Amino acid sequence: MKALRAIFAATTALCAATAANATDLEVTHWWTSGGEAAAVAEFAKAFNATGNNWVDGAIAGGGGTARPVMVSRIIGGDPMGATQFNHGRQTEELIEAGLMRDLTEIAEAEGWKDLINPPSLLDSCTVDGRIYCVPVNIHSWQWLWLSNAAFEKAGIPVPNNWDEFVAAAPKLEEAGVVPLALGQQPWQNSGLFNVLIATLAGPETLVQVYGEKDVEVAAGPKMERVFKAAEDARRMRKGSNVQDWNQATNLVITGQAGGQIMGDWAQGEFQVAGQVAGEDYTCLPGLGVNEVISTGGDAFYFPVVDDPEVQKAQDQLASLMVSPAVQVAFNLKKGSLPVRGDVDLATANDCMKKGLKILASGNTLPDVNQLNTEDTNTQLNDLFVEFFNDESITAEDAQARFVDIVAQGD
Amino acid sequence: MANDKPFQPFRNLNAKIASIPMILTALVIFVGCTLWTIFYSFTKSKLLPKLDFVGFDQYERLWGTRRWLVSIENLLIYGSLSLIFSLLIGFLLAALLDQKIRFEDTFRTILLYPFALSFIVTGLVWQWILNPDFGVQHAVRSLGWESFNFDPLYNANIVIYGVLIAGLWQGTGLVMCLMLAGLRGIDEDIWKAARVDGIPMWKTYLFIVIPMMRPVFITTIVIITSGIVRVYDLIVAQTGGGPGIASEVPAKYVYDYMFQSQNLGQGFAASSIMLLTVAIIVIPWAYLEFGGKRRG
Repeated sequence: MKALRAIFAATTALCAATAANATDLEVTHWWTSGGEAAAVAEFAKAFNATGNNWVDGAIAGGGGTARPVMVSRIIGGDPMGATQFNHGRQTEELIEAGLMRDLTEIAEAEGWKDLINPPSLLDSCTVDGRIYCVPVNIHSWQWLWLSNAAFEKAGIPVPNNWDEFVAAAPKLEEAGVVPLALGQQPWQNSGLFNVLIATLAGPETLVQVYGEKDVEVAAGPKMERVFKAAEDARRMRKGSNVQDWNQATNLVITGQAGGQIMGDWAQGEFQVAGQVAGEDYTCLPGLGVNEVISTGGDAFYFPVVDDPEVQKAQDQLASLMVSPAVQVAFNLKKGSLPVRGDVDLATANDCMKKGLKILASGNTLPDVNQLNTEDTNTQLNDLFVEFFNDESITAEDAQARFVDIVAQGD
Repeated sequence: MANDKPFQPFRNLNAKIASIPMILTALVIFVGCTLWTIFYSFTKSKLLPKLDFVGFDQYERLWGTRRWLVSIENLLIYGSLSLIFSLLIGFLLAALLDQKIRFEDTFRTILLYPFALSFIVTGLVWQWILNPDFGVQHAVRSLGWESFNFDPLYNANIVIYGVLIAGLWQGTGLVMCLMLAGLRGIDEDIWKAARVDGIPMWKTYLFIVIPMMRPVFITTIVIITSGIVRVYDLIVAQTGGGPGIASEVPAKYVYDYMFQSQNLGQGFAASSIMLLTVAIIVIPWAYLEFGGKRRG
């Protein structure tokens, strides 16, 4: 095997040597749905235009499936050229172990500190004052996507906030529409719950519970209300027998479901389906209750490699990803917000403009990935995927288990 | 034969040299890595192994986690039923095939075919068959039974039986083949003798043939149980552990905590418990089976 690999490596090197400075750079990511693939193709196009070669390493199945593959490749000494992660605490230990490249020089040369907005994005890439990743977009979770057609079918107006939506659920059910689309993937279930915290109990509660691991707040009355709302959501999701998030979004697109709570990446799906914001679907940032968005997102990390050619290509890709033209092209397709405030998104649709406005007004909160370790997130996933699928668990029981998880977190 | 000395390190030297790589593999990979895993299960290792001892904390957390308890329960249900039914069905099929029927080869091929599919494919196929909107339920309803309800994969209480169906469909073919080989190994004269004595066929099977097939049964049980303990891919493909956490299994817990949640310590603790469970079952059995008499 090793010998075979050496031969492959040698032939690749030979090819690389003959084709002057066209360096292959393998980039791994988990962007495989329609809208996502279209967005990542923008990166590839721009990167290939620099004379390098983007080798696409898409890993299907979402971050939960892809991250272990990426991590074991990096730890196992077979690093890719660049890889996606959600910035935050997912890569903490890889950086501490010195497996990721320090990008501080490029960042300083290009003045990322002044460009990137909000600055918390770059803070999440920073460990001990050094910068290790390139934020490429801002994704927020706090959106309620509603199908106008579904509400028309039920003969009621499209709701303006979460409470109206809950009240409209019986009418939707009568009309044969599933009120709330929710897939089976665990992260969707805990994600929905975290949105309920951020909007119904407020961003400060989310930071207290996850950031400071405040057990009293987690057990307190504000969270009680959130758990009651989660019970409503559980009732409303009955009948959405789908697995993946984009299948759930598709239920909303086709009017089989009334709405979905999902991050703004869902927008890419509406776009691919040719739907128009405001006409075919309605988006309510912060569930129409509390207009806030979280500023998590995706970032690219560059594992340490020895080959200077590859390093050069890595540098090129890093600076290309934050360049204005690429930022616009990528984020329009992805349905996410750009990481710099100085680019023109005139062609953005209504929903994205709402997001940009909230971002400009500073109503932001940190993403759960920036506050929790993956360990805590997995425990939350386990709790909520069970809660949303098993009606026998009461809100009180779930809250007690939630408090335990918060107490265990670090 | 002429040599009666008990210890001769250089006898059959070639064979011994040839087996060195395998001995090393067994020692380093199996024993070494097992010990390493158990050792690190007492640490607070997260993404990377670290020597930061926390005693039995990981085990305490493990047994306090609902998902782990559900996993163990599922493994017990799936394991015991799968063992019983695959032996039962496998033996019945083999006995039927052994009646000198026509086209035996064809039937054998058909019955063994599912075994050629991977668990992933099996899981996906059965996910579709059991899907209420496309599969069996839909088919029966469109025949006229409107109230027919059969959606095991979407019902937390019975989902593990939905998985069991797929597991049996895939696995019984192999059991059948092993059993058939065992049946063929029974001397024809025994059947003749039984017939002369006027013993009914079912009694012949139960009291004469099956006891004679003991070694075949043992091999089969070992193969089935090792498959049960490591069941993982079937679950991942068919239910993803859902609905909720109703069809989780220990192997999936280990994988998820080791890699997805970046908590090696917790994953190691879970896999050590899995090893312990297997050891508790296997060691007494092996002792009874092989301990008394020494066979080459």
